[in-house]
Amino acid sequence: MSRPVLAIRDLTLGFKGWRGETDVLHGISVTIDPGERVALVGESGSGKSVTARIVLGLLQSLRSARIGGTVEFDGRDLAGMSPAERRHLRGTRMSMIFQDPTSSLNPVYRISTQFHEVLKRGVPDIGYEAAMARAGEILREVSITEPQRVLGSYPFQLSGGMNQRVMIAMALANEPDLLIADEPGTALDVTVQAQTLDLMRRLVERHDTSVLFISHNLGVVREFADRVYVIYKGRIVEHGPTAALFDDPRHPYTRALMAAVPRLTGGGVPDIGEDTEAFSAPMVDHGHGEQRP
Amino acid sequence: MTDTILSIRNVSKTFDAGGQFVKALDDVSLDVERGSCVAIVGESGSGKSTLANIVLGIYPPSSGGVVFNGDVLPARRDKSHRRAIQLVQQNPLSSLNPKRSIGASLRLALDVHDIGERSQRKEMVRALLEEVHLPPEFADRAPAALSGGQRQRVAIARALACQSELVVLDEPTSALDVLVQARVLKLLGELRPKRRLTYVFITHDLAVVRNIADRVAVFERGRIVETGATEKLFTNPQHPYTRGLIGAVPVITRDELALRASLSMEADT
Repeated sequence: MSRPVLAIRDLTLGFKGWRGETDVLHGISVTIDPGERVALVGESGSGKSVTARIVLGLLQSLRSARIGGTVEFDGRDLAGMSPAERRHLRGTRMSMIFQDPTSSLNPVYRISTQFHEVLKRGVPDIGYEAAMARAGEILREVSITEPQRVLGSYPFQLSGGMNQRVMIAMALANEPDLLIADEPGTALDVTVQAQTLDLMRRLVERHDTSVLFISHNLGVVREFADRVYVIYKGRIVEHGPTAALFDDPRHPYTRALMAAVPRLTGGGVPDIGEDTEAFSAPMVDHGHGEQRP
Repeated sequence: MTDTILSIRNVSKTFDAGGQFVKALDDVSLDVERGSCVAIVGESGSGKSTLANIVLGIYPPSSGGVVFNGDVLPARRDKSHRRAIQLVQQNPLSSLNPKRSIGASLRLALDVHDIGERSQRKEMVRALLEEVHLPPEFADRAPAALSGGQRQRVAIARALACQSELVVLDEPTSALDVLVQARVLKLLGELRPKRRLTYVFITHDLAVVRNIADRVAVFERGRIVETGATEKLFTNPQHPYTRGLIGAVPVITRDELALRASLSMEADT
């Protein structure tokens, strides 16, 4: 069996505040194998986004954050790296797609300038001409038919869906091993969202990129991920291959979450009790299922 | 005989964007029956919110008119119209005054429209909070001290405060987590018959629409491309745009997958 791209073990996180420490993560373990698409699904405040930030090495330098456990990227412990080494990983070996594409692109630079910056992270001495040729290639890969027009535009001149594609292209430009996608497409229309997901799936399959997919939308997770971790208040409550977990959710929290999603087939709005005590039941693990070939 | 509370008749709206004219609504007609919930769905830029703003009287239509309770609504609404038609917005944090306590926000509606005896109003505010399943003590809290779901309940209570008849719900649950969304939708469903309310529900979430609306109007680029009873529209959508919208909804059960697959098959043939 190949070595996982990402191995998170017993990760804990607390923030020191004026009222003492607030615990955010209570020991979560997540592994992602090469080429695997893994989703972390939970409500707001469950700790999914901070997990992504730790993996990217963005919280380690924060003075108030107390991090425990280990995060290994490609066999190396992130805690053992210097901030410069962690910085070097970002944008090259791991990259991220954010929720709102338009606000994560810089409004005062054209796409071309921003794309050049991205490519420079991978090849520091790449010239403008070479960068544009490469950018055009990648943009065509995300089904942008007129890359020249897009490169010459500012982010506000493009639609949300177009910006999202540019973000995906930038994130994959340096052929990263790990892509972290934080709620991609939630700010977009459903039709555009469906297209974006489809596009992202095709691309990561072609490049064999591993993905950590963070979302609160169960439907989107079902369509995109191979394996799912359900997170609730800083704990993983259920884990399993997508089909197994969706066909047979066993943890009370996962069940409540699934019951709460309005069905396209109708059936009315479900009754959701206020009782959350059962949600602290121990974790249910469906195993990894069949190993991917 | 049907009892129509709101009738939108041949409404068009053109905006002047620096010399360039943008047609946001193009000859839209829609009847809303009293006590029903009509969903308006479409992608962003399809004119759903423009229609809501015209119903609310925020700006007048370029042509056509809006008939409410049998009377044509004037461009400048008087107080009774404003009282009868209320709005619940998407983001309650930005629609509630952060400097004002929840109780004061609710009370303002009672004061403006002179509802109830002055001495009774404090009690009315408490009753309103209880009606949306919030503890009456919340009256003293600031909006910042409430969770997203609780704030949305306050926004609903405020829309109820002035004994409204028609409530325009503009994406009321799209900023909420699914568990919270289910509770808020349940509350909305419960208040409608109890208060004899009519809802105009604006959303892009078709799964929500399926479960709470009686009728659906599908908007595409300022036009209604399809309208019909919810059940019928979902099982047998006529317009390709409607099919595309339903087909793009991410789903979680096998039954839903089957429904989606059957729709896309029809689209192919």
